[in-house]
Amino acid sequence: MELVTSFLAAAIVAGTPLLFATLGEIITERAGNLNLGVEGMMLMGAVIGFQMGLVTGSPIMALLAAMLAGALGASIFAVLTISLRANQVVSGLALTIFGTGFSGFVGKELVGQVAPDSIKMFFKPFSLPGLGNIPFLGKVFFNQDLFVYLGYLTAVILGIYLYKTRKGLNLRAVGENPGAADAASININLYKYVHVLLGGALCGLGGAYLSLVYVPAWQENITAGRGWIAVALVIFATWNPYKALFGSYLFGGLDIIGFRIQGTDIQVSQYFIDMLPYLVTIIVLVMVSLRKSKRNAPPRGLGVPYFREER
Amino acid sequence: MNNVKYISMVNITKTFGKVIANKNINLSVNKGEIHALLGENGAGKSTLMNMLSGIYIPDSGSIFIEGEEVKFSSPKDSIQAGIGMIHQHFKLVEVLTAQENIILGQKTGFFLNKKAIREKIEEVQRKFQLEVDLDKKVYEMSVGEKQNLEILKVLFRGAKILILDEPTAVLTPQETAKLFIIMRKMKEEGCAVIFISHKMNEVMEISDKITVLRKGETVKTVDKEKTNPQELTELMVGYPVDLSIKRLEKQGRKAVLRVRNLRVENEEGIEVLKGLNFDLRAGEILSIAGIAGSGQKELCEAIAGLYPVKSGEILFKGENLVGKNPKEIIAKGVSMSFIPEDRLGMGLVAAMDIVDNILLKQYQKQKGFLVNRKPATSKAKEIIKKLDIQTPGIYHPIRDLSGGNIQKVLLGRELDTNPELLITAYPVRGLDINTCHKIYDLLNEEKAKGVAILYIAEDLDSLIGLSDRIMVLSNGEITGIVEARKATKEQIGLMMLGEKINETEGAYVV
Repeated sequence: MELVTSFLAAAIVAGTPLLFATLGEIITERAGNLNLGVEGMMLMGAVIGFQMGLVTGSPIMALLAAMLAGALGASIFAVLTISLRANQVVSGLALTIFGTGFSGFVGKELVGQVAPDSIKMFFKPFSLPGLGNIPFLGKVFFNQDLFVYLGYLTAVILGIYLYKTRKGLNLRAVGENPGAADAASININLYKYVHVLLGGALCGLGGAYLSLVYVPAWQENITAGRGWIAVALVIFATWNPYKALFGSYLFGGLDIIGFRIQGTDIQVSQYFIDMLPYLVTIIVLVMVSLRKSKRNAPPRGLGVPYFREER
Repeated sequence: MNNVKYISMVNITKTFGKVIANKNINLSVNKGEIHALLGENGAGKSTLMNMLSGIYIPDSGSIFIEGEEVKFSSPKDSIQAGIGMIHQHFKLVEVLTAQENIILGQKTGFFLNKKAIREKIEEVQRKFQLEVDLDKKVYEMSVGEKQNLEILKVLFRGAKILILDEPTAVLTPQETAKLFIIMRKMKEEGCAVIFISHKMNEVMEISDKITVLRKGETVKTVDKEKTNPQELTELMVGYPVDLSIKRLEKQGRKAVLRVRNLRVENEEGIEVLKGLNFDLRAGEILSIAGIAGSGQKELCEAIAGLYPVKSGEILFKGENLVGKNPKEIIAKGVSMSFIPEDRLGMGLVAAMDIVDNILLKQYQKQKGFLVNRKPATSKAKEIIKKLDIQTPGIYHPIRDLSGGNIQKVLLGRELDTNPELLITAYPVRGLDINTCHKIYDLLNEEKAKGVAILYIAEDLDSLIGLSDRIMVLSNGEITGIVEARKATKEQIGLMMLGEKINETEGAYVV
């Protein structure tokens, strides 16, 4: 039992960077923009957040810097795809390449450095009063660090925003049918810019969690493909922030299962375990594509630039 | 009250690249008036209205509402000025419910306060007698329901000026009648209604005033009382037009196509064609009438090899086509052109020019690795001249052409392959009278050559006027085949609803 709770609690920690990135991409795709630069924006957030943490020692400043860096990356994509109506796939891929190079360049001097103690202390796990004492669930979900709680909160807030507010309804319309939204006097470009940037900021946060809390030190290419898993998780979650919680923690579990198995007597090839997240991603994508329903379909306007006077 | 000039558009000009869509257009509409905008395809009706609704910005000219000049830079400005437009292609978000579509973009509070708004929507519904199920998702709605929702949406937003862009093009006669009731109701409430159409009988039925556009220019504004369809058609086309449809005598006697006991199932395993039997002779036009979705599309596609056949035979000159692929069937001399509801979509590539679209079919006759553009180029010029297609040039992407011109390109290409069997579905869908007649003439020309023609259309008047025999489909079954000369609209209407005619003349006679 002890083993299970500690595994699940660790899965949530490992899933938290995925969660932020997935939520960021969900909000971006809901605005009709497919940003494949998640990996790049995570890396930008990771390196800038880490650098800021080193310089100031302030966790708040570090997080703000990470969000800003992610949003900055997203702004490149936004200008290209929204204002200039460039191809979204190509722009997103370019952003990933740019972000990878950017983090390598900025992080060259940082390799091997460890996050300052003030930040480590700030993100130390603590038990939430009341909730932390629930048997089993309390141990898994509510004995975590502040960043993990922030993840729960972000998912719930985004869920309420999307499904219960007017702005959320407008956003869904923008992603589904920009022509209809435009005719309903919604400012398409404003919505797209705001949500693409917001999505980038969330991806930046996901990266910062890796460098400041999860590792917590700087290493080259610290995201190791998590940004791509987040892109697949968006489909797995059918663009729903609540389902993103489940998906992210599931993949967090797959990520750490290798270490855990090493401690037991079970003999499994390390290579097989390393392959698991990607194998499951493929299986999930196949399954999601098989069940065709309007409810789970991607936003219809996804990937299509909007130009009002187009005939 | 009726003397207030509610809207006036003065000297409006708009160009798209090289295409001049509107040139110095003038239009004024009063309160409590239903004003029809009449014109051929590509006359600039939709463009003009898109400028009034803020979607396009005019290159020059001014718009006045109640005497004050307005400048719309987005649909938002136009909505605020009380203008609501029902577009030809509905502006609805499919995955949302009716109510969500209505409150979209409204600015009242942060959260969706569904109850309070619902009462307001229902009030508007009562006032205009609009029946819409507010909790239904748009993708589950019929076209008529969607249209009602669109109208409710703009009325809820306080529209006083309603623009309907070819609202009846996709409606059944019953739905059209309902729409007219709503339009009259709006007129009573003091709204101005602008109605774009090219169906003469509808324009004569519903409108008070009619403005005729031709090739992007205003021809004349007339009172309905003081005009007649003949005059309107002349204004629209620019020269006198004979409105009667010619019917040539039947040419051959040999049956080109024999369909025996044809059964077809759709993807869900439901039988959509339930054992069809009919013959089609050379030099004959056999029309298919039926309510939309009675199996017309499946029949066309089954013959063309695009739809799997469950059982039965399709004999073309004695050879069974079942199991052959479309390419083989085309090579045997069968041609199919299907105009879907959204006009583009089947058969043509919007981003390509006329030459390349012709080449799509023409290149298959060519030998060698490289494609020779010359024959297609000369064909393109020929088709443009023969069918009078309005385009800046043969190398212009066809998406910039108006719907009618796109249809002409498709039909022109299909006729060019010199088929022995021509299947043409909805070739005049959404076309104006003059173009319709051009297409009827084309079909008659083919008939005179001895081509067997299977013709599917919605307009019963043209079916009766043009064809030799009419086959009525209802729910995948043939309810009767009648001689067009003796048929009446009422009789066909009943058969469309499923009433079988026992002794039908001309059926199965070879």
